[in-house]
Amino acid sequence: MARKPKVVIERNRCKGCELCVNYCPKQVLAMSKEINDKGYFFALVVNQEACILCQFCGMICPDCAIEIYDEVVITQETGSNG
Amino acid sequence: MGRILMKGNEAIAESAVRAGGLWYFGYPITPQSEIGEYLARRMPEVGGVFLQIESEVAVANVLYGAAGAGVRAWSSSSSPGISLMMEGVSYMAAAELPCVIVNIVRCGPGLGGILPSQGDYFQAVKGGGHGDYRCMVLAPSSVQEAVDLMPLAFDRADRYRNPVIILGDGMIGQMMEPVEFKEQVFPPLLPKDWATTGCKGRKPNVINSLYLDPREEEKLNFKLAAKYDEMKKKELKYEGYRTDRELDCLLVSYGTTARVCKTAIQRLEEEKIRAGLLRPITLFPFPEEKIYELAQQAKFVLSVEMSTGQMVDDVRLAVGRTKPVYFFGRAGGMVPSPEEVIEVVKKYVDGGGR
Amino acid sequence: MKVLFKRPESLSATPTHYCPGCTHGVVHRLIAEVIDELELRERTVGIAPVGCSVLAFNYFNFDFQQSAHGRAPAVATGIKRARPDLIVFAYQGDGDLASIGMSEIIHAANRGEKFTVVFINNAIYGMTGGQMAPTTMPGQVTTTTPMGRDVKDVGYPVRMCELIASLRTPAFVERVAVHNPKQVINARRALKQAFIHQRDNVCFTFVEFLSTCPTNWGFSPIQATKWLEENMLPYYPVKNFKIPENTGG
Repeated sequence: MARKPKVVIERNRCKGCELCVNYCPKQVLAMSKEINDKGYFFALVVNQEACILCQFCGMICPDCAIEIYDEVVITQETGSNG
Repeated sequence: MGRILMKGNEAIAESAVRAGGLWYFGYPITPQSEIGEYLARRMPEVGGVFLQIESEVAVANVLYGAAGAGVRAWSSSSSPGISLMMEGVSYMAAAELPCVIVNIVRCGPGLGGILPSQGDYFQAVKGGGHGDYRCMVLAPSSVQEAVDLMPLAFDRADRYRNPVIILGDGMIGQMMEPVEFKEQVFPPLLPKDWATTGCKGRKPNVINSLYLDPREEEKLNFKLAAKYDEMKKKELKYEGYRTDRELDCLLVSYGTTARVCKTAIQRLEEEKIRAGLLRPITLFPFPEEKIYELAQQAKFVLSVEMSTGQMVDDVRLAVGRTKPVYFFGRAGGMVPSPEEVIEVVKKYVDGGGR
Repeated sequence: MKVLFKRPESLSATPTHYCPGCTHGVVHRLIAEVIDELELRERTVGIAPVGCSVLAFNYFNFDFQQSAHGRAPAVATGIKRARPDLIVFAYQGDGDLASIGMSEIIHAANRGEKFTVVFINNAIYGMTGGQMAPTTMPGQVTTTTPMGRDVKDVGYPVRMCELIASLRTPAFVERVAVHNPKQVINARRALKQAFIHQRDNVCFTFVEFLSTCPTNWGFSPIQATKWLEENMLPYYPVKNFKIPENTGG
């Protein structure tokens, strides 16, 4: 059962602290070259496929700018979903 | 029930308990420690809470928390301890929290002495803590009156969502007088739906006094001012003693000193000197209209206090330049005698009221 | 689609005013996660201090009281003694708790008041612009120690966990850190344990969070986590200092 990680970063909540980029073990994230509404360079998902769902990014983000999903579809009620 | 002989401090404590003041937090200080000691024994009997707290600074903040959680919390202290509470009182006034604080006034300033005084008038009536707020101030002049004012204090604290101060003195706190606990009924109060009782079924409540936006802060300031104006219209309490006639002298005095003045008035009667007393019971709001009115019936006004002159400022404001206003005071714990008051009255009467 | 990580219900959607990389945001979220997980939101009252987190009540979805500087443990005592059924926590910084509020925290701990303290130790005064705190490190430059903290003049940094753990009254006392994900996971565990003790009416609970203040330390957020690791961890060990007796926990 393959997992399908999805990391979503709300660009206008991000304050550009770079902690998520720093702690991601798989280089999934990087800082953008454009600024958001508050004038910060914000974090971006640049390599979603490399994500191992460690959730370090979500845990270290002080601004709840990151949401993390697993898009695996449940095929039966009693089955596992990954 | 009949009358029983009780020490002022203990009677005040019992009256508060009967008025629903079941959460008491305090710190020992002479001459009011008997309040806490009495409650340490009494609260367990009535299912209330007595807790001795580490300092009066902390006490005021414990009151803030408990009042914010919706209960009738109260405390007592004496002058230096009341000073320490002032930060918390300012915060409670700003956050619109109810509480009752009993000040059994001792002499000061500084560590002072443990005998009675009226030197905390400014502190109680004009603010005490920082910022634009007032406390309702009630001044009993007997143990019975202190007992009668406690339920009123709790009701008004809840009704206005504001601290209420009972300004007693060491005499009232320490002496024993016969008292009767009469039940008092008040109009219904609004529910405390603003309290932090857990947000189940409603939006979260926040108890706060910080308003960084000046427009919001000004709104609060004017809201509080309107509250105090309402107190001025509705809450005045005073007693006139032998004031329904032309007078040689109008005495203005409160608390213990007022009783001394009454005795002086009775003895002055024998010498055909007509003196009357206006005894404020609420010091805030202050009966300025009544004092002005009665002053017009007299040749002069004499403010008698156990201080070097605090309430006299408000008497002068009330009377204006319409009549001479004099002051007589003892301080340091010295209680004026009726003879001293008589002597001062006669001095001004003989001096043609000038 | 399975949601693995999102903003907890007890945390409001309001974006915080904290500086980029400030770990207040992390700790706020951990509190909210734990409150949600233990289903305590509807009977929780938080207490905001004076400090950067004075407006914390804007960031949580439950009742809050804002308290005078240092007085949060007294306010918490009042709430808890009035309503012992409520879950109460005091959220305080180093000035609030270890300076002006030193008396209030020691006495609440000593009485064993059954609320939880979240102590944010970032070795500096944040809100007022970077002055020395009782927890400032020896040699650390602040606006009131421009030559670095001189221990011969103003003494050594105060270790609050150690101080509180020395009291006889049972308590749960633990120091954690939030400057990297591994420490965040540990911090969450300790915080949850503290709230479980409160829920079960066991004892006073105190969790000290070693935190960063990038702005006043003069570092980027990433540099600040390194400074914490190198300078604070050796002096403020991350460990448990006290567990309540006879609870098996």
